[in-house]
Amino acid sequence: MNTHVKVAPQASADLSRRSFLVGSAAAGLALGYSAGPGLLGADQALAAASNFDPSVWYSIGPDGLVTVTCGKADMGQHIASTMAQIIAEELGSNWKDMRVQLASNDPKFNDPVLGAQITGGSWSTMMNFDAMSRAGAAGRIALTEAAAVAMGLPPYFKDELVVRDSVVSHPKSKKSMTFAEIVKSGKITKTFTSDELKAIKLKTPDQYTMIGVSVPQLDIPSKTNGSAKFGIDIMLPGMVYGKIVTPPVRYGATVKSVDDGEAKKVPGFIKAVILDDKTATTTGWVVAVANTYANARKAADALKIAYDSGPNARLSSQSLLDEAKRLQALDDSGLFFVKDGDTAAAFGTAAKVLEAEYTTSINIHAPLEPMNATAELKGDIWHIYSGNQFATRSGAIAAGAAGVDPKFVVMHQMWLGGGFGRRLDADMMVPAVQAAKAVGKPVKVIYSRENDMTMDFSRPLTFQKIKAGLDGDGKLVAMNHDVVSAWPTKRWGIPDFLSPSVDKKGALDSFTVNGADFFYSVPNHNVRAILNEMAHNATPSGQLRSVAPGWTFWAVESMIDELAHAAGKDPAQYRIALLDGKGKNDGGAQRLRNTLLAAMGMAGYGTRQLPKGEGMGVACVSSQERATASWTACVAHVAVAPTGEVKVRKLTVATDVGTQVHPDNIRAQVEGAALWGLSLAMYEKATLKNGGIEQANFDTYKPLRMSQVPEVAVNVIANGEKATGVGEPAVTVVAPAIGNAIFNACGARVRSLPITADAVKANMKA
Amino acid sequence: MPNLNINGRNMSVEAAPDTPLLWAIREQLQMTGTKFGCGAGLCGACTVHVNGEAVRSCQTSLGDVAGKKITTIEGLSAKGDHPLQKAWIAEQVPQCGYCQSGQIMQAASLLAKNPNPSKEEVVAHMDGNLCRCMTYSRIQKAIMRAASEMRTASNAGAERRAT
Repeated sequence: MNTHVKVAPQASADLSRRSFLVGSAAAGLALGYSAGPGLLGADQALAAASNFDPSVWYSIGPDGLVTVTCGKADMGQHIASTMAQIIAEELGSNWKDMRVQLASNDPKFNDPVLGAQITGGSWSTMMNFDAMSRAGAAGRIALTEAAAVAMGLPPYFKDELVVRDSVVSHPKSKKSMTFAEIVKSGKITKTFTSDELKAIKLKTPDQYTMIGVSVPQLDIPSKTNGSAKFGIDIMLPGMVYGKIVTPPVRYGATVKSVDDGEAKKVPGFIKAVILDDKTATTTGWVVAVANTYANARKAADALKIAYDSGPNARLSSQSLLDEAKRLQALDDSGLFFVKDGDTAAAFGTAAKVLEAEYTTSINIHAPLEPMNATAELKGDIWHIYSGNQFATRSGAIAAGAAGVDPKFVVMHQMWLGGGFGRRLDADMMVPAVQAAKAVGKPVKVIYSRENDMTMDFSRPLTFQKIKAGLDGDGKLVAMNHDVVSAWPTKRWGIPDFLSPSVDKKGALDSFTVNGADFFYSVPNHNVRAILNEMAHNATPSGQLRSVAPGWTFWAVESMIDELAHAAGKDPAQYRIALLDGKGKNDGGAQRLRNTLLAAMGMAGYGTRQLPKGEGMGVACVSSQERATASWTACVAHVAVAPTGEVKVRKLTVATDVGTQVHPDNIRAQVEGAALWGLSLAMYEKATLKNGGIEQANFDTYKPLRMSQVPEVAVNVIANGEKATGVGEPAVTVVAPAIGNAIFNACGARVRSLPITADAVKANMKA
Repeated sequence: MPNLNINGRNMSVEAAPDTPLLWAIREQLQMTGTKFGCGAGLCGACTVHVNGEAVRSCQTSLGDVAGKKITTIEGLSAKGDHPLQKAWIAEQVPQCGYCQSGQIMQAASLLAKNPNPSKEEVVAHMDGNLCRCMTYSRIQKAIMRAASEMRTASNAGAERRAT
């Protein structure tokens, strides 16, 4: 964990003035705060005299503006705005007074639950709801007490004060003060210990005036006029540009020699820098540095680089799949993620046993803003400007690349031009820092799209085998589920992110098997997580929107359908019977069942005869992790042509989110996630050949375009449970729903993603 | 040293004529609303107008646009209040927002010529612009809303003139 010890000159004078009302630890960390040059106006706002800083999460200026500092990466999920909304609910501020800024990597902005700055897993709202609510409430209490004093009211009038729209008023005496007037009065003295903070009685849902309201997102206007600043937009005085040159293999190459003779003829060329990456994030990369990006590109193209291609140069997608199948067939492969009952015995007595293999291809994040980072060394502090989802780790990687302790790195967060998990990785830190070090100037490194795609920390190729046993009534009594893949989270080298196997024989990457521990009641159930070391080394993988549930539910929800058909039952009713809520599944199973019923109702599932060649299919998922699940169901309606071409007519998605903070945003996220699911199910495929990713731009890697968007109906269930995440779960439900719909339309069972017309045609019943 | 007419102003940039317009706009003129997405004309993030036509600035060299009128997102309206920009806010279109300058510029070139596009015409015109957050249905709604408001405004103008 990096704790800053350096205090930048412009911030030091103000630190003693700050009164942090929340938590003693926060104050300690605040003393180590190293403020940056105030790119976003953030640090200046905090340092302005006579601000009221009720917690690290926001500050109220003498103008009454409430500036919320968001410790989460905002990649389009509008989480900064959501944090402001939760604070505003308890604070009693007017929405028009709310502003947001993005946090640095100072540990005081760490997630209160996770203890680090990491954004993923659809965790943010769920894990920050309580902390932001308490921060808001603490501010309201402090403002109210100060207002009572300033208005000359006796202390026992305190409970008669009303806080609304950034005004504290006392209806009986007709006195009132705005937040701005209270801050300017200088009467705020109230502080809170963390115990007092915990004891604050928060509003009950019937008292909400902000939660559940679709307020205008605070970041949207700046994203319609070009003024929002993404990482790629940072401009520093004296800055030069770097373009990376990457080897033909994804990982494992080394640079033998660089001839920059031709590059030297490019005007503005400064230097070719061979990366010396002790963090092992990159292999065989060179940065061409020049006065402009256009010249850096020209110089990069002119470099003649000789490589040793390394150990992975002969590998292909097929080799990774063959290796996965070999590993799966071994009895002692992998580690148990689930081990309930005795599957071997149950298979021995089962009336029917089915086996099926499911695969998913390599997939590329391809956020529209290519990876980039800008590095500047000022004094002995490295300043890094880059939109990233894991500031804690990115800072450490930058420090590793610079050869300094992480406490000397300040990460300046920017808006993310798409994250989707890609910006959990920090490879872009390495070329930026090492180029800046080599040329002694700030350097902005921008990947070309080709660099971005071929060096993606991709969703790994996966192979899964499920063996299932049914009793004489067609009831599911046993399941063995093997999941073979690269292990993205293991690559981080952070032991806390790995989980002990259920038999304590080792640590496994649960982010490759989440979802396989579903809420169906299956008395005998094994799930093995198997590391495909070959894929792990050749295609260093990352977390792609929805992560494991994107493949585990593809297998589980397809197999459940296969089992239902084998048992001669309706697949939706078959699921409902399995969601009996027994034992450990109590609560979750019933929520998932209700969600499935809602989707069925919305879609008119089973209510009418569809034309020949059309079908509906269902799936229901408990993404993301069992402990942080949202409850999502989908009914896909497809039409399949005799050629095997599939047209998705409509996706109906229902999701139980517990509590809605921002209904319109939830719909936007669920629709976006569902279309991601469609894109992965039907259109996106990357392949490995000779150790390299073959798809380098949007002509061969083809995310969904407008003309491919079907009708999407979204039904949000808010039943008053705790707020859950919505950015990812709907990704995972779509592929199996489509696969199941295709089966119902034409009898073709597809088990490989993405689904192709050829595969559908080949599996059609004659 | 090419001279450019950008957003109604004449500017000179220090760059070779074969430099893509995109990088001159972003680096030399420091107008960063126009985005780099693919460098190959496949995603539309870099869309600007040249003499009113939507073009991919990553595929347009400075030499090609000498003497022509270039408009970027920063120059589409005086105060970010083009009907499309207002509609984008009303429909809460952007998620990450990175592609949206390009989307808006692409849409603006459609509405300038066709004030009453059908859904099919919108899709055909917009299909070259990728949105990785998949905000497509809101983009469509916002274009329809802006088109409707532009027609209403121009009808109102015509009526005022008539009376």
